[in-house]
Amino acid sequence: MRRIVVNAELSPATHTGSAAGGVGHSIAHESAHKHVQGTAEYVDDLPLMPGTLFVATGQSSKPHARIRALDLSAVKSAPGVIDVIVQGDIPGKVDVAPVYAGDPLLAGDVVEFIGQPIFAVAATSFVEAQRAALLAKIDYEELPAQLTVEDSLAAQSFVLPQHQLLLGDPEANIESAPHQLSGEIYVRGQEHFYLEGQISEARLTEDGGIHVISSSQHPTELQKLVAEVLAIPFHLVVAEVRRMGGGFGGKESQAAPLACIAALFAQRNRRPVRYRMPRRDDMIQTGKRHDFLNRWKAGFNSDGKLLGVDMLLAGKCGFSPDLSEGIVDRAMFHADNAYFLNNARILGLRCKTHTVSNTAFRGFGGPKGMMAIETLLEDIARALGKDPLDVRKANLYQPGADETPYGQKIEQHVLPELIERLEKSSDYRARRVAITEFNNTHRTLKKGIALTPVKFGISFTAKHLNQAGALLQIYTDGSLLINHGGTEMGQGLYTKIQQIVASAFGVSVHRVMVSSTRTDKVPNTSPTAASSGTDLNGMAAKDACDKIKADLIAFACEHFKITAEQIQFNNDVVVLGEQELAFPAFIKLAYLNRVALSATGHYRTPKIFYDRATAKGQPFLYFANGAAVSEVTLDCLTGEYKVESVDILHDVGKSLNPAIDIGQIEGGFIQGMGWLTTEELLWDEKGRIISNSPANYKIPTAFDVPDIFNVELFDEPNLENTIHLSKAVGEPPLMLAISVWAALRDACSSTTNYQFSPRLDTPATPERVYWALQECIAFNQPSESKALVTRGAI
Amino acid sequence: MRFVVNNVPVELAEAAADLTLLQYLRSQQHLMGTKEGCASGDCGACTVLVGRKGVDVMAYSTVNACICPLGSLQDCHIVTVEGLAAAPQEMHPVQTAMVECHGSQCGFCTAGFVVSLAGLQLAGGADLAEADIAVQRAAVIDAISGNLCRCTGYRPIIDAGLSALKKPAQVASFVQNWVPYAPLAGIDGEPARAYGRNLSDGVSDYWQPHTEAALQHLLVEYPQARLVAGGTDLMLEVTQQYKSLPQLIDLNRIDSLCAIHISDDEVVLGAAANYSTIEKALAKLSPEFVALLARLGSRQIRNRGTLGGNICNASPIADAPPYLLVMDAELEIVDSSGNARRELLTNFYRDYKKTTLGVGEYLARIRIARAQLAQPLKLFKITKRYEDDISAVMGAFCWGGQTSNEFKIAFGGMAAIPKRASMTEQFLSNTEWCVAGDVDEEILAQACDLLHSEFSPLSDVRASAAYRMAMACNLLKKACYEFAAEASGKALETRLFSHA
Repeated sequence: MRRIVVNAELSPATHTGSAAGGVGHSIAHESAHKHVQGTAEYVDDLPLMPGTLFVATGQSSKPHARIRALDLSAVKSAPGVIDVIVQGDIPGKVDVAPVYAGDPLLAGDVVEFIGQPIFAVAATSFVEAQRAALLAKIDYEELPAQLTVEDSLAAQSFVLPQHQLLLGDPEANIESAPHQLSGEIYVRGQEHFYLEGQISEARLTEDGGIHVISSSQHPTELQKLVAEVLAIPFHLVVAEVRRMGGGFGGKESQAAPLACIAALFAQRNRRPVRYRMPRRDDMIQTGKRHDFLNRWKAGFNSDGKLLGVDMLLAGKCGFSPDLSEGIVDRAMFHADNAYFLNNARILGLRCKTHTVSNTAFRGFGGPKGMMAIETLLEDIARALGKDPLDVRKANLYQPGADETPYGQKIEQHVLPELIERLEKSSDYRARRVAITEFNNTHRTLKKGIALTPVKFGISFTAKHLNQAGALLQIYTDGSLLINHGGTEMGQGLYTKIQQIVASAFGVSVHRVMVSSTRTDKVPNTSPTAASSGTDLNGMAAKDACDKIKADLIAFACEHFKITAEQIQFNNDVVVLGEQELAFPAFIKLAYLNRVALSATGHYRTPKIFYDRATAKGQPFLYFANGAAVSEVTLDCLTGEYKVESVDILHDVGKSLNPAIDIGQIEGGFIQGMGWLTTEELLWDEKGRIISNSPANYKIPTAFDVPDIFNVELFDEPNLENTIHLSKAVGEPPLMLAISVWAALRDACSSTTNYQFSPRLDTPATPERVYWALQECIAFNQPSESKALVTRGAI
Repeated sequence: MRFVVNNVPVELAEAAADLTLLQYLRSQQHLMGTKEGCASGDCGACTVLVGRKGVDVMAYSTVNACICPLGSLQDCHIVTVEGLAAAPQEMHPVQTAMVECHGSQCGFCTAGFVVSLAGLQLAGGADLAEADIAVQRAAVIDAISGNLCRCTGYRPIIDAGLSALKKPAQVASFVQNWVPYAPLAGIDGEPARAYGRNLSDGVSDYWQPHTEAALQHLLVEYPQARLVAGGTDLMLEVTQQYKSLPQLIDLNRIDSLCAIHISDDEVVLGAAANYSTIEKALAKLSPEFVALLARLGSRQIRNRGTLGGNICNASPIADAPPYLLVMDAELEIVDSSGNARRELLTNFYRDYKKTTLGVGEYLARIRIARAQLAQPLKLFKITKRYEDDISAVMGAFCWGGQTSNEFKIAFGGMAAIPKRASMTEQFLSNTEWCVAGDVDEEILAQACDLLHSEFSPLSDVRASAAYRMAMACNLLKKACYEFAAEASGKALETRLFSHA
């Protein structure tokens, strides 16, 4: 195994002076010691307050039905039950939807998916609540249910209106192109499987308000929704998040209902309430990554260059809009991935189905759009007898061919160089030759290889979310406390913020404490999502630092009769002209001289805009880029496969913390690999999710990690003025895993001497790979027998 | 009952029989480092070490606390993540390595990984510390096979595990600090009630008999009681369906049910022997089966789960039965009066989840003839995920070689029960399908036609019926190719995976 090189001695990025563990250093996660010792507290680890109640919900067993009668008498009289609520018991707003209406906290007369909460129970223990919730007698009048994307398309039933991007004249250019191709791929969703399930605890305050402690990516929304549900002002609600045991988008909007129900019981019963979803409820009741049905028609020339593309992206949204507007938008914004489409029509549909409402998941639609174009480019390569890498390279955005279907011009052309470097460092061409040789000499085992790029737009597509706040406090012992609007879900945001603040004052990171995210410290925050956590909150934190620093410098100039240029913050020391003061001593002095030692910071992303009416704008401040080479071996008798090696080169700008960034890249890649290989979301014909536990929904294990897994940082500064010229890293690496899927398809294609690329829907389980191989066998046979290939029922 | 949690001796008189170790640790010991991620033994966030007195030292193994009944831990030493470090201000070498390698992100799964890796250090000892990197890597991956991480992609955790193996001197620090607690040696008298509790709606009892006679007595006395060995399946009724199991009889302390006897003629496996024990005992005698066990479940599951459970559970997708079917394994079934009967496993399964096991009967031992074990054997398991996944199809193939030509085939996942393919077997046994190392494809095609007539599998969450059928045929082909090549000394086409 080649080892990953993490250089702990990397020189810190530009900042005032040097700070031990500051920006650019690979310091450990701020909670690493607590993690490994088991002392990091998650919500369910908090000591139980006396009288705490536990919650479970009664769930719909029909995908679409009117409730004729609801008999809760057995629930109410069950042992331990203290309170039972239905929709009518909600004093304030019933709808807890994040953007567009449609998510009742508890269902009313109509249920719209199996698992939808109809009532909630509070009991004196977790198990009593769970047992009681099973005792309701519910009489349903079943209504017609649409359960699939195809059902929704047939019924033309959508949760939100369609949206379209248009560049040039796609129809005419496809028509006049030397070659045309059309195709389709069904890309399944993904269960988040954060290790810590959804949870909230609500405590009543003396003012009749609520302190809610939650595992949420969006405390401000929790605060707003709890207040609205209880019909109390926002300032009576404090939402607090110290850390999550994983989020991945699954706790952006999905955490709120738990907080609201817990708060409701707390208010009604004047007791603390803890609502933790057991894994099965979590897998049934909370939204997942969308399935997408992608169809396309494309025209291209003999070099494989795209002349026009017409694409349909149909997302399975579930029963309500939730965040699907932005998710399908982002799928559309990434349907070009890294390629200039020349002329394009990209139509996005938001399909309504009577299934759980799908939600944010790392990549937020982006991965789905990318799958469409990557499939298409491979099909073109096979049609022209070219290596898919050459077709990919031929279509990359470059100066002069730089306009996206949404009108934004690509300014930083990172990928051509990045791909060139990776192609060399991974030895792609030589391996391609070796693989062909292997395939010619093996009957059962076949190898495949693929290099795929990622270009991912950074900024929330909802413009107002691109802002952040921070609150910095310096105490007279020289210790600093920073609070900001971002939440920690393992991605290392708190660590990076700690480094940013330490570097701003030239102090050791140990002087800087990052405290839990609370809506009463920094208000009106955005969700920690869209990879934006560090970009936004890091800049807000730096703004707060700059404000205090400006005051400190002004004070020092006057007090020591020196100029600002003579002052330096460096290595826990403040250089003041000829003399030096230890940082704590300097702060103490500033305090005695009545300098304000706390400040708020704010940041709003410049330049971005998007006009929905014209479908044009600049929705992204910049793009994060990367590419991966994956090599696989598959067994043609069974469809089983092994990922042999992976090489990644990824662009995080100037890294704030290489170790954390590499952790995001590796983790994102393996999570993406799971999405495209073993993780299969399935519903039965009645609309019941049958992949409802870790026993039948399989995320990767350590065994699935390739023995050879090389990850390198591109290490070039962002040309946009981001925090220390770094780039966002949360989501983009997930899509590097498309290379695994493409390598599997390459291996299948090898059985046709690379003349044909079989359909390979995702996840590419051994079974799907097997059927793809059967399609290849049929291709190899004389045409009259081709119709004989039969596919599996799934 | 008595046990020790980290360094605290505990005496517990009252508890519900179905109380899990995880519930106990979190709600009564307030040890919050051990997490619930799934409550079904799939994610490993609740991994703890359980030490039991072996011949002369404590032997530690990792278990999923979430599905481990506390009552089974009489006289055990339970070590949680909080108990690993030698002193409060110190860290265990695995903990240090995890920090140094950036092995935690969200941290929720971390304690489980730390405990699994600490367990590996204990179990691996000096041999593993000096082994080559490939062996070490395989051992680390095996140790964390039951730990899911959704953040890191595992690479830094594997590195931490490898790095910690280089520090063997400190591995046993907490064991050295262990102060023996006198009563741990064992208890006399039987039948043994580990503990119980008077519930409002009846009595809850956890029995832990030490002899089969005591077990038989309990079976008469408490006909409603459920038998529990590893609990890896039974306890899901508690943690997933919220059922109450008020009467449990634990089989783990009955030596005659846990022992493995290997004689010149046969191998006798105690029904309550766990998989990890079987792996060690059969490593040389049945390497194919031992390799399969690595995929049957995670290390934590294999430390608790038993062969008897896998058989009596009667799941059509259990992994061991197809193997035991082609081994012509014989079951020794005993009733509450102590009368034993023998039955071939082939006759044991009646229908979906139905066996010939009568009221008051229990499976005591599984017998396999040594002659069977010596025959060429192929075991193939098809899953979505390679490790710790339930079979879509499990195929077991045994061939008597060119002289006898007896062919035995059994499948899991192809019918309502684990089932022999008797028609196909008969056909192949009476046909010359292999000539001079070459397989007659025409005959194999006929065999596949027979498989189609013998089986009509279902579509479900794991696979479609069509794929299952195709796999049954292709696994048979795979087995034939390998048998033929081996018989003629030809080079085998390499397998996709070579499991340690």
